[in-house]
Amino acid sequence: MVFRDSIIASIKMIAKNKMQSFLTMLGIVIGIMAVIIVMSLGASAQEFILGQIKSYGSNLIAILPGSSDDSGAPASAFGIITTSLKNKDIEDIINLHNPHIEGVSMYVKGSDVLSRNDKSLGVTFYGTTANYPEIENSELEKGRFFDSGEVDSNLAVVVLGSKVADELFGDDNPLGQKIKIKKSNFTIIGVLKSKGGNFIQDQDSQIFVPLKTAQNILLGINYIDFSRLRVDKTENIDIVREEIVGILRDNHNIDSGEKDDFSVRSVAQALEVISSVTDMLKFFLVAVSAISLIVGGFGIMNIMLAIIQERIKEIGLRKALGATSMDIVWQFLLETITITFISGVIGILLGILISFIAAQIIVALGYSWTFVISYDGILLGSMVSIFIGIIFGILPAFRASKLDPIEALRYE
Amino acid sequence: MLISVKNLKKDFKDGDMVTHVLRDIDFDIPKGEFVSIMGPSGSGKSTLMHILGFLDKPSSGKYIFEGNDVSDLSDTELARMRNQKVGFVFQSFNLLNRMTVLENVMLPLVYSKAFKGDKEERAKEILDQMGLSHRLEYLPNNISGGEKQRVAIARALVNNPEVIFADEPTGNLDSKSGFQVMKILQDLNNQGNTIILVTHEKITAEYASRIITIKDGVITDDSSVIKRQIASENEELIK
Repeated sequence: MVFRDSIIASIKMIAKNKMQSFLTMLGIVIGIMAVIIVMSLGASAQEFILGQIKSYGSNLIAILPGSSDDSGAPASAFGIITTSLKNKDIEDIINLHNPHIEGVSMYVKGSDVLSRNDKSLGVTFYGTTANYPEIENSELEKGRFFDSGEVDSNLAVVVLGSKVADELFGDDNPLGQKIKIKKSNFTIIGVLKSKGGNFIQDQDSQIFVPLKTAQNILLGINYIDFSRLRVDKTENIDIVREEIVGILRDNHNIDSGEKDDFSVRSVAQALEVISSVTDMLKFFLVAVSAISLIVGGFGIMNIMLAIIQERIKEIGLRKALGATSMDIVWQFLLETITITFISGVIGILLGILISFIAAQIIVALGYSWTFVISYDGILLGSMVSIFIGIIFGILPAFRASKLDPIEALRYE
Repeated sequence: MLISVKNLKKDFKDGDMVTHVLRDIDFDIPKGEFVSIMGPSGSGKSTLMHILGFLDKPSSGKYIFEGNDVSDLSDTELARMRNQKVGFVFQSFNLLNRMTVLENVMLPLVYSKAFKGDKEERAKEILDQMGLSHRLEYLPNNISGGEKQRVAIARALVNNPEVIFADEPTGNLDSKSGFQVMKILQDLNNQGNTIILVTHEKITAEYASRIITIKDGVITDDSSVIKRQIASENEELIK
C-alpha cells in the first residue's frame, strides 16, 4: 500500500504539474534516449560491418608479409611494401594437400588508368590465381575467369569488375575487346557480377589478370602481396594456421624465439577484433550519454527537495498518524524512482522511434541497414533510470524522514 | 489506569537559554474519561498533548501508558504507539488534499502492521458512522469545514485507538459545525472512548467531565466540571 500510494502520488504529481514535471524529467529522458539510440544504431552498425566481413566467409585465412602482433595490423596494411612472401611459400602450402584447405589464392596489386575512346578510369588491378572466384565467393556476369594454364603461361587476359565494365563499355559487350594496362594489350575474357562495395574492398571497380602475368609483365616483381586460404570448417582454422606458420618459418629460416616475418590472420579473428572495437566505441558513446543522465539526476534531486518543502505538513501528518522514518524514506524514494522510471520509459520509446527513423533514412540512402532494437539498451535504460532514482532520491528522502512531526505540523 | 503522569518536566534549550515549558505535572486519566486540558496560548498545553500523544518525549519524569513506562521510547516505537494507541483531531483538519476522503481515512491503516482486515471496508464503516457515506470519493477541498473535521475524526478512530486527542477541534469551524463536532466527541465518550480535548476556551473545555487547567507550565487546577455542556441539547442543533 505504501508502495502503491507513493507511485500513485507521484503520477498525480506529474499529471498536475505538467510543465514542471516535463522540464524535470527532460534530462533523464534525453539521457536514456541517447543511450538507446547509441546502443541501437551501434548494434545496427556493428551488424552492418560484421555482415560485410562475413560476406567473405568466416572460413578465410589471410597470409600477409611482415610481422605483427595479434591485435595490430601488419605493416602491409598501411601500404608499406614487404617483399618477403614468395610464390614458393604458398605453393608449398598447396603441396601439403591438407584436406582442411579447400583452396588457396595469391594476389599482387597495382594500379593504372584505363582508357577507352574518350573515357578514362583509374583502377586497381589484381594479379591473382585461377581459383579467385571460389575463394572470394564471386560469380561471373558474363564470359569466364582465367584458368591455371593461362596463369602459368603469362597470358594477357583480363576479367573486369562490373563497375569498370559499365563505365568503360556501357551497353557494348566488352568480351573479346582489348584494353591497355601498363601499355600492354589485354583481352577481356569475363566480367564479374556486381557484389556491392564495402570498406575493405570494392571488387566492382577492380580488374583481374593472371598472377604471373602481373608479376612478370606488369609489375616486374617476384613476391606476392598476400594470399588467402579457404578452410573447410571454422573449427579447423587454428590447425591449418599452425601448419602454415610452420612452413613459412621453415622457408624463411626463422629460428625458434625469433618473431614471424609474416602474419596469418583469419576472418574470424578479424571479426573478433572489429567487434571489440565497435563494442568499445559503443560503450564510450553510452558513457558520454551518461553525463546527461547525471545532470538530469541532479535536476530530479533539486525538484524532489522542492516537493518535500511543499509537503512538510503532509510529512508531519503522516508521522503523526504512525509513519516511521523508514516509511517516509520509502515513500519519497519510490516517488523519485517512479519519476525517473517514467522518464526512462519515455526516453526508451523516443530512442527506439528515432533509431527507427534513422534506419529508414539510412536504408533510403541505399545502404543495407537493418533496424535493430537493442534489448540490452532497453534493459540498461530501465535499470539506469531506476538506479538514478535511487541515487538522487535518497538524499531528499532521508531529509524528509528527519523532519520533526511537531515542527512539520506547525509549518505553514 | 490508562494514563499516569508523574512529576513530568519538559525543557527546551536554545543555546544557553533553558525554558521550562512543563514542570511538576502529575495526573491520572482512567479509561473512558473525557478530559479537557485548558490554558492560554504558551501555557504548555500543546507540549503536554504532544508528549501524551507520543509526538514528543518528556525531559524527565514518568509517563505510564496502560501500565507501561513510555517515557523514553525510540522513534520507531513512538511511531507505532501513535499508530496503534492514539488518534489525533487537529484544529486545521490536516487532510491530504490530493487524496479522497476515503483514502485520507485509510491512511493510518497504511502504516499499521497490526491491522489485518480490509482497510477500505474498515474506513467505509467509520465514515458511515460519521454520516459521510456520500462523500467517500470527494476531495477534501470540495466538502465543508464541518465535514472535513468529521473526516478527521473518522481518521482518528479508524485504528481503534485507546485515546483520542482533539486539539482545538472547533477552532476553524462555524458555531453549528462546532456543536456537531462536540456532539460527536461526547457520543464517542458515551460509547466508552477516552477523549482528551485541548483548548483555550472555558466554554469548550466544559464539554468534558474534567478540566485540567495549566498555566506557565504548571497545573493550576484539576477538577470535575459541575455544570457540563451537553452538545445535543444545544439550541442551534435542535432547530
